[in-house]
Amino acid sequence: MALSIQEVAHVAQLARMRLSDEELELMQSQLSNILEYIELLQEVDVTGVEATAQVTGLSSVLRPDLVTGALSREEVLANAPDQAAGMFRVRAVFDE
Amino acid sequence: MSAYLVTIGLEIHAHILTASKMFDGCPANYAGAEPNTFVSVVSLGLPGTLPVVNQAAVERAALTGLALNCRINERSVFSRKSYIYPDLVKGYQISQYDEPLCSEGWIEIRTAAGATKRIGIERLHIEEDTGRLSHAEAGTSLIDYNRAGMPLMEIVSCPELETPEEARLYFEKMRQILVWIGVNSGNLEEGALRCDANVSVRPVGQQHYGAKVEIKNINSYRYVERALAFEIKRQIALLQAGGVVHQETRGWDELRGETVGQRSKEFAHDYRYFPEPDIPPIVLDATWMAARQAELPELPDARRMRFMEAYGLNLQDADLLTLERSVADYYEAGVAAAQAIGASPKEVANWVLNEGFRLLKDRGEAYEQLATRVPVAHLAEIINLVAQGSVTRSVAKQVFEESFDSGQTPAAIVKAKGLTQISDSDAMRSVVQHVLADPKAAKAIAEYRGGKTSAVQFLVGMVMKATKGQANPHITRTLLEEELAAS
Repeated sequence: MALSIQEVAHVAQLARMRLSDEELELMQSQLSNILEYIELLQEVDVTGVEATAQVTGLSSVLRPDLVTGALSREEVLANAPDQAAGMFRVRAVFDE
Repeated sequence: MSAYLVTIGLEIHAHILTASKMFDGCPANYAGAEPNTFVSVVSLGLPGTLPVVNQAAVERAALTGLALNCRINERSVFSRKSYIYPDLVKGYQISQYDEPLCSEGWIEIRTAAGATKRIGIERLHIEEDTGRLSHAEAGTSLIDYNRAGMPLMEIVSCPELETPEEARLYFEKMRQILVWIGVNSGNLEEGALRCDANVSVRPVGQQHYGAKVEIKNINSYRYVERALAFEIKRQIALLQAGGVVHQETRGWDELRGETVGQRSKEFAHDYRYFPEPDIPPIVLDATWMAARQAELPELPDARRMRFMEAYGLNLQDADLLTLERSVADYYEAGVAAAQAIGASPKEVANWVLNEGFRLLKDRGEAYEQLATRVPVAHLAEIINLVAQGSVTRSVAKQVFEESFDSGQTPAAIVKAKGLTQISDSDAMRSVVQHVLADPKAAKAIAEYRGGKTSAVQFLVGMVMKATKGQANPHITRTLLEEELAAS
């Protein structure tokens, strides 16, 4: 299955990636190849087989409502590229 | 205006009251805490962490479903809702999609005109709440993840609301029920309960709905009504001018009193839901369902009806006494105590509503404080003091207020302040004589003697004033009549 440039651009947008025209073309062919490979699965006859998202056979894995604790703020922010006032700082989301 | 039909649906987001968060033992009582101090590796979505469903959250969400007349689904599934936005740490939100916990319920609202209307509920599902963004200086935003991972119910109404007033009533009713059954704090200011409103308009006669506009994140009753009123007017004006309403997300700007378009392209609804591989399906059996059913208390509407039928209350009083469960419980305990001393349920309602509510409002306290301020035993004591003739009604009101503020028993207050009703004829006769000698009484005395017997009421009032309300009104009147006849 071949993806159109628009579809590749849309996927890039969803992943918040900015791709140049060359990259879009490169991704178009690479993603299409991957999809084609996956399409092999279409050959399997799955008539009567229910869609499966879980293979463990488990159900209702629940835990009691007990508090086990939180991280310290230093630990929470340890990996933050940028921070201020005890919070993660990012580029404004509603940028003009 | 009436040439257009208005269609409104509400999505209510309500925190589920639990000790820990939705998917791990991170504490949930973050309200008022410093940013990022109620965060765990799971709420932070760090790689390698495994979300495990909070049992209490599922139980309370199902209880809510029952209170909203929903079907609880035997099987429900968590799904990943993918989108990239910094309020989410993982790049997806764990939610429920095609197999929610509860489906197809309804609640009833009562409009100002007195009509009852049933509003359908499409579904109730469980999800995790997101972190909070605040906009900081030039081009930056700050994020606090204390709220991330909080257990949240999303309750989606059918598009059956037709006016902003109905939307507000629905929101209020939902809060009443959730707080009543103990699954939500009802605290709108802290964001424990908030709603998104979907609204569209179409000309009368048009079959299909108009384009739907979603107004996001409304956290007050007043805003929901104002935002919808504005939005309906905006859409109708647009259509009348030959324009087109675009499907979009808007925000309510309270300061400007208008809805404002948000950049829709950034929020393209392409969530790519798929079943959460980390969480096996929730399967609930009949025993579990029966346990939830057994937890369901009598709901506000049913209780209001019963108060009217069993206690002869009018609709207005019954409404007020069922605003919150703590008040209804207090009232019924009062009724039981009053019954033992021969006082009526109506008498109890008057004390709770006239004195209790007045003082709570005046002192700025919550309804649930009433039982602490004036325990049922004190309430019954006051009613008994009046019934026994120990104190007059007006003194009893003072005693109620003093007891409310100090916590002392009514009997102790009456004793300490010497407030017992004066029924001793000798003591009272001298007060009566004193009052009749007062020049201010002259006019009423003349009127009384001139045949206007009702003028005696004025004199009774003077005696009451002279005794700070402690005089027995019947004896006062008899003595006044005797004295006036004698002299």
